[in-house]
Parts: sequence; C-alpha cells; structure tokens
Amino acid sequence: MADIRLEHVDKVYPNGYVAARELSLEVADGELLVLVGPSGSGKSTVLRMIAGLEAPTGGTVWIGGRDVTRLPPQERDLAMVFQSYALYPHMTVRENLGFGLRMRKVAAEEIRRRVDAVAESLGLAELLDRRPAQLSGGQRQRVALGRALVREPCAFLFDEPLSNLDAKLRVETRAELSRLHRRLGATMVYVTHDQVEAVTLGDRVAVLRDGVLQQVAPPMELYRAPANRFVGEFIGSPAMNFFEGTLRREGAGCVFRGRHFEMAVPRAEEGSEGAAVLGVRPHDLGLGGAAGEGDGVLRAEVGVVEPMGSEQVVHLFAPGGERVVAVTRPDLPLRVEETVEVRIPARAVHLFRGSDGRRIPAAG
Amino acid sequence: MKGGGWGRWAAAGALALLVAFAVFPFAWALVASVTPEAELFEGGGGWPRRLTGDHYRALFTERDFWVPIRNSLVVAGATTAFCVAVGSLAAYALARLRFRGKAAILGFVLAVTMFPQISIVSPLFLLLRELRLINTYPGLVLPYLTFAMPLTVWLLVGYFRQIPPDLEEAARIDGATRWQTFTRVVLPLAVPGLATTAILTFIYCWNEFLFALSFTLGPERHTVPVAIALFRGQYQVPWGEVLAASLVATAPVAAVVLAFQRRIVQGLTSGAVKG
Amino acid sequence: MADPRSDDLRAERRFAWTLVAPALATILLVAVFPLGWTVWESLHRNDLRMPWLGKPFVGLGNYAEILADGRFRGALGHTALFTALTVSLEMVLGLFLALAMNRAFRGRGVVRAAILVPWAIPTVVAALLWRFLFDSEAGIVNAVLVGVGAVDEPPVWFINAATAWVPVVLADVWKTTPFVALLLLAGLQSIPTELYEAAAVDGAGRWWQLRHITLPLLRPALLVALIFRTLDAFRVFDLIYVLTGGGPGTSTEPVALYTFNALFQNLRFGYGAALSVIVFGITFALALLYIRGLGVSLSGEER
Repeated sequence: MADIRLEHVDKVYPNGYVAARELSLEVADGELLVLVGPSGSGKSTVLRMIAGLEAPTGGTVWIGGRDVTRLPPQERDLAMVFQSYALYPHMTVRENLGFGLRMRKVAAEEIRRRVDAVAESLGLAELLDRRPAQLSGGQRQRVALGRALVREPCAFLFDEPLSNLDAKLRVETRAELSRLHRRLGATMVYVTHDQVEAVTLGDRVAVLRDGVLQQVAPPMELYRAPANRFVGEFIGSPAMNFFEGTLRREGAGCVFRGRHFEMAVPRAEEGSEGAAVLGVRPHDLGLGGAAGEGDGVLRAEVGVVEPMGSEQVVHLFAPGGERVVAVTRPDLPLRVEETVEVRIPARAVHLFRGSDGRRIPAAG
Repeated sequence: MKGGGWGRWAAAGALALLVAFAVFPFAWALVASVTPEAELFEGGGGWPRRLTGDHYRALFTERDFWVPIRNSLVVAGATTAFCVAVGSLAAYALARLRFRGKAAILGFVLAVTMFPQISIVSPLFLLLRELRLINTYPGLVLPYLTFAMPLTVWLLVGYFRQIPPDLEEAARIDGATRWQTFTRVVLPLAVPGLATTAILTFIYCWNEFLFALSFTLGPERHTVPVAIALFRGQYQVPWGEVLAASLVATAPVAAVVLAFQRRIVQGLTSGAVKG
Repeated sequence: MADPRSDDLRAERRFAWTLVAPALATILLVAVFPLGWTVWESLHRNDLRMPWLGKPFVGLGNYAEILADGRFRGALGHTALFTALTVSLEMVLGLFLALAMNRAFRGRGVVRAAILVPWAIPTVVAALLWRFLFDSEAGIVNAVLVGVGAVDEPPVWFINAATAWVPVVLADVWKTTPFVALLLLAGLQSIPTELYEAAAVDGAGRWWQLRHITLPLLRPALLVALIFRTLDAFRVFDLIYVLTGGGPGTSTEPVALYTFNALFQNLRFGYGAALSVIVFGITFALALLYIRGLGVSLSGEER
C-alpha cells in the first residue's frame, strides 16, 4: 500500500476552463479519502490526474514517495473502478478479472489462483464463464471491483461506483466497501457527489468546489465545524439554514442582528465585526417549548410539514419570505399557516463572514 | 408521423409501386436472359415461348466470363484488404487519440472522397505507363486506393467513435500499452464496423468502371463492369448474354447487400447524418 | 511546475502519427500527387499521337482553347441539364419515399432491401438494364407504347438527344434515389415523435406538421443529400458512356466523358489535363458553396 500526495496541482484546459486550482491533498497509507462536491467541482478530474488519465498543467503527483506526474497510467500500479464499470464486453468474467495480470505477464498459474480467490470472495465463482451482457447491474459492479482487487495494486480509485445502482443495492454495497476497506487496510480514493456516501464511507472527506479544495477533515468535523458556508450547506441533510445579518461586539460578548431576530453569540475573534451569516442546522432548531437563556427566537409561519416516520421535516417561512427548515420529533403537533416560535440555541450556531463565507472562529 | 387510415394506405400503395419500379428491370432482365436470342428481337414484351440456358452457357464457354470475375475479385479484394488494414490504424488515431492537426486531416480525407476521378486519370495513366503497370493487377489496385482509402478511413472513424472511451481507460489502468489497448480491446469490439466497411469498400471497388476502363487493355485483365460494357455481338448487342452477364455479376453483390442491409444502411447514413 | 505536455501526451502523439502515417501517405501519393501533376500537365502540350513534338510549355494556352471550345460548352450544358434534372427528381422522390417508409411499419425491411439493390449494382449494369428496356426493338417500353396505341412506330430513343435523355435520367433516378431516400429516412427517424404529438394535441394538421416540423429539422440531412448528389451528378461518366456513348454524336456528352475522350480518343493529354483541372475546380467550388450553406444552416439552428 502507498500514500498519495498532490502538491499544488493545477488543471487548466486549452479553452481556459479551470478544473483544479492549487490543489494540495494527502491521502495517508491505508486511508479511505472521499472527494465530494457538486458536479463540475473537479473531483473526477482530480481522480483522473491521480490515475494518469489526465496530466496536470501544474504541480506534482506522488504515489508511495515516487513522483509519478509524468508516468502513464499503466506504470502507476493503481486500480480503478469506473462509474460505468467499463467491463470488456467481448471477454468472459474470468478474462475480465485476469486482464490486468495478463498485461503484466504474470504466470498463468498465479492468474488463475488470484482470479479464483477474488471471485470466491465476491460471490462471482459461478459467473466466471459468463459475459458482462449476461450479468445484472450488481454483478457487473462486483466484477469491476474484482478486476481491481485481483491486481493487488498500491492504491484503489473509485469514480462514483454506486451511482448506477438502485437505492437498496447502493446501501448494501456501501457497507460492503467499508468492510472491504477495513479488511484490506488499502489506500483508497473515492469520488462521489452524494454527501451521505461521503460521510459514511470516508476516514476523511475532501470537499471540492469549482476546482478549489474547501476543507479536508473527518466527517464529524465537517459536520460540526464547517470551514465555510459552502461546506456547511453541502454537508448534512436537510441543508443548514442561513440568516444574513451583522455581527457586533457588545460588552463581553457579541451580538448577531438578523432581519427578524437577534441573539447573543460566543465572543468571536478580533476583526470579525461587520456583515455576517449565521448558520444553524435543521436538527438543532427547536419548535414549541420555552426559549432557553441566550437562545435566539424567530417567529415564522408553518408552510409544509413532511412526516418522515422517525421525525418531522417542517418548512417554515419567516416574515420576509425566507425559508427555514427544521426537524422535530414526529409527534409534535403543528398546523399549516400557524405562526410558531423557532428557537435557535446559541451553542448550535455557526458564524460565517459575510464577505467570503469563511468561518468566524471563537476568540481565544 | 402518425397517419390515419387513409394516409397509411396511400403510403403503402406508393411504396408498393416504388418497390415494383425498383425490382422490375431485374425481373425483366431475368426473363430476357432465358429467352432465346431470336425471340428477343421480335419485339419485347412477350413471354418467351421456350426457356433457354444458352446465354448463360455461352458466358462461361465462349466468353470466358470467369476471367473478368476473377479479375474483379482480385482487385477489389486486394484493395479492400489493404485499405481496411491500413485505414483502421489511421481511423483509430483520428477517432480516439489526441494530436494536433486531427481536424485538418479529417477534413482532408473527406475532401479527397469528393475528388472527381476523371481529374486524376491522366497523370495516373502516365505514371502507370512509366512503371509498366498498365493492364496489371497492381495497376488497378493503386488507382483504386484513391477513393477506397479515404472512404475506408471515413467510415471506420465513425465506428471507432462509438466504442466507449472508458473501456480504453480501464485497459490502460490495467496496465495495457496503447498498442495493446488497440489490439486487445478496441479492435475486437470494432469487428462489426470493420466488416461493414469492408463490404462497402468491396462493393465500390467491384462497381468501379472509369479506372478499369482506362488502365486495362484487354479481356485478360478487364474487370466485370468493363467486360460487360464491351460485349460485342456480330451485328447487334447480344442482349441475352449481356443481361445474363449482368445478373451473374450482380447476384453475389445483391445477396451480400441483402444479408447485411441493416448494417450497410447504418454505415452509409450515420456518417452523413452526423456530418 | 510540471511540463503540461507530459511524456505520456508526447508518447500518445507519436503513437498517433505512426498510425496515421501509412494511410495519409497513401492518400497523398495516389490522390494528391497526381492532382498536382494534372495541374502541371495542363500547362503543357502533350499530344501522344505526335510524340516527336515533345512536351512544350504553353502556359494557359490549353485553358484559352477550352474557353473557346464549343464542344466544351456543350458538355457543360449537358452536365448542368443532367444534374438539374436528376438531383431535383431524386430529392423530391427520395423525400417522398422516405416519408412513406417512415410511416409504414410493416414491410419497411422489404422496401429497404428492394431499393438497396439498384444502389448496390455497378452503374454500368444499371445502364445496360435501362438500355435494354428502351431498346427500339427488344425493349419493353416500346412494346407497351405500341401495344396501347400511343405511337404507331416504335420510337428509336437514342437517335436524338432530347429523347435519349429520358432513359438516362430514368436510369439515374432508379439507381440513386434509394441512397437519398435512406439518408433522409435516417434524418426523419432522428426527429423526436413528441414534437408531432405535441403539435397534434395543439390541433395542427398533417401539412402544417410537414412544413413546420419535418422540413426544418430535416434541413441538415437534406443539405447533405443535396451535396453528395450534386457532386456525383456533376461527375457522371459510367451511365452515359454505356447508355448513349455521349451520342448521338456528342449531343449528350457530359464533361467527364469529354475529358475521357480528349485523353484516350484524341490522346491530347495536356488538353485533357486542363479539362480535368476545370472539372476539379467546379467540383471544389460547388462543395465549398454547399458546405458553407450547411454551416450557416447548422449554426442558425442553434437557437
């Protein structure tokens, strides 16, 4: 297994489109790093640059301490699972699995041994003589995975491997991949646009936007301390609520003044005064019940109530028309068009600078 | 376009008429080819009073029709084989690899397919004469490359483009060199396209007339179209034999075309419709 | 700062050029080089009947002679006439055929097979078949005409130009309409049916659909068919060589046949070369015109 390092990698296309900008990233040996972001964020480009399918226009790529920036894919000892599986249609499953080894002139005996072992572990033993066209989507996915496993490469790359599966299969396979990672202790780089996949699979998650790295951290840290407004909005479902306003120092602490409420917030560091955005997650908002000390209170009208079984998702509208989303316990009685008090607990508040969306850290 | 009952019938009727129009000359030629010579000139239109295989027999005994058939086979076959082999390499590069000048080369290839053949007959004739290749097999294959090569490349580029690119990426990650990717992954998948291209190229070569007429001198190297066109009778055109020869010459082509019609139509039209 | 043109990309480029080189070299050698030679030839006098005269350089002398040559003007006229007649007939008939084939569901395969065969056979054979049909004694056309009493005497079609054009045009239409029809059919099939359904729901009739949905969306395919057919018609040779031999006399002789005769009958290679260049020039100009038209049409569609 090897570690992977990207140093100041740029990718600019001839037509001027910037897919990646000054990207520096490290994947530790044995770590599963997820690259996540909306479409067009450059995550697939980054993966392909690690694979060698695209060449960076600037920066270097290291694999296992080797500078591989100028090496073609076949010499990087990586394996990749494609979104479309990319199985060779004219070869049987056995031939598909063994293709990489055949290209490297591994002995036939060894190929047979490894292919049989991998097929066994993935439940493909009966399908070895079939062609891809005769397999189901889930089976094809496993063959794609098997093809990578057989190679015993120094790292694995995954390009949205689950997006072509139906929801139930996706959840199952996600768990399988997690188990596989733990069993092999393999270095894996995983690309997805689905933030749920990202936070459930990754040891660490790298959030990308327009080719720029926003934050790299373990999932819980992304959830609890997003580095900027974008990360705060991207991670977590339903998405974080945002309120525009100003931050002022008052006395020993700070006060955030929004359009429809104001509240005291933990003292922020020097120079944070001015335009600010307050973010709070739907799960942290309180509906009904008394306001606690230091809570912000917002009066809003109930718009839509979505019963989800284990909880309720409530869409509310503030007096100015802004949408607020809250999640409550399932049995809380609410009437549409009823005006309620929404509690914003001070401890659950995230503050971001109005100018660039950066997180405003607490002082001291 | 959806049609009402009337529309559907009118369309079907029109189609039936057109099919009849398309098939009729063949049908009539078939009848005439088994009609004795004398009857043919009594004024066409009557069903032959007796059928005869004389014309067909004469083709292969008196006129040695095997010779032009063999010539056409050799020339068309050699040209097709060469063009598909060499053309597939170029077509793959043009379809999939990154290099500068690609668009220019593609445009150039397309432009050459539009060359009027007559415009290069004279220098080709002088060149072949210099090389003493007039009335030889290479002396026909060489000029045939003029239209067969660009045609082959153009058709094959379309087919190679249809092969999913991530198969090639997967192969390269698996450790295959570019050449291995081409031979082990791309070519096997391109076989249907290669076959259709070969068929179309072969047909074009088989049907070619101008070059064959200009660059051969005598019956020993005439191709089928030239041989048929130059059939001479003693007093008048020996229609019986001419038509028999026409049918013999076109039956295999027609059979192949009918067998592969769907692929052929796809090959012909996809390049054009996509531009 | 890594070199953007990494080794890998350079290797790819080298590999690509190795693959392209043989085909490109072949084309340059057998097509482009002779074309250049033709231009060179056209500037010389090269009469193979009189080889002792050598090959003197005459500049544009051949071209001047061509411009004054009545037979050339005639040939141009014949070619233009043939092109106009066949292309217009084939486009209309082809469109009609394609529309009909698009509608009918059963038997489409049979129709396609039936019309594919005329396209696939050598032009020479097609010409012979039609020559036979129009033969003054053995031909069925005359038999029918006499039989229904339309004429008293079986006409000799090939004895004068006006009537000789009839079998020529018919033969070309018979042979090439299938290609046009199949091309247009492919274009028709790429028009989404939802457009017609939406129009029908909105109350639009069949004619309106044809004029406002079908024809505009078919424009690229129509233009492509038009380009190919016009260029092919302009280069016509096989058909007329066999059907009329250019006759009677030279009254149906197209440009390609005139060039051929100049080369192989009169053995005037310099003159023939000049004719070749002119034919090439006109073909090139036509192609450019059309491609520009196609480009404009395509960019206009992107709204």
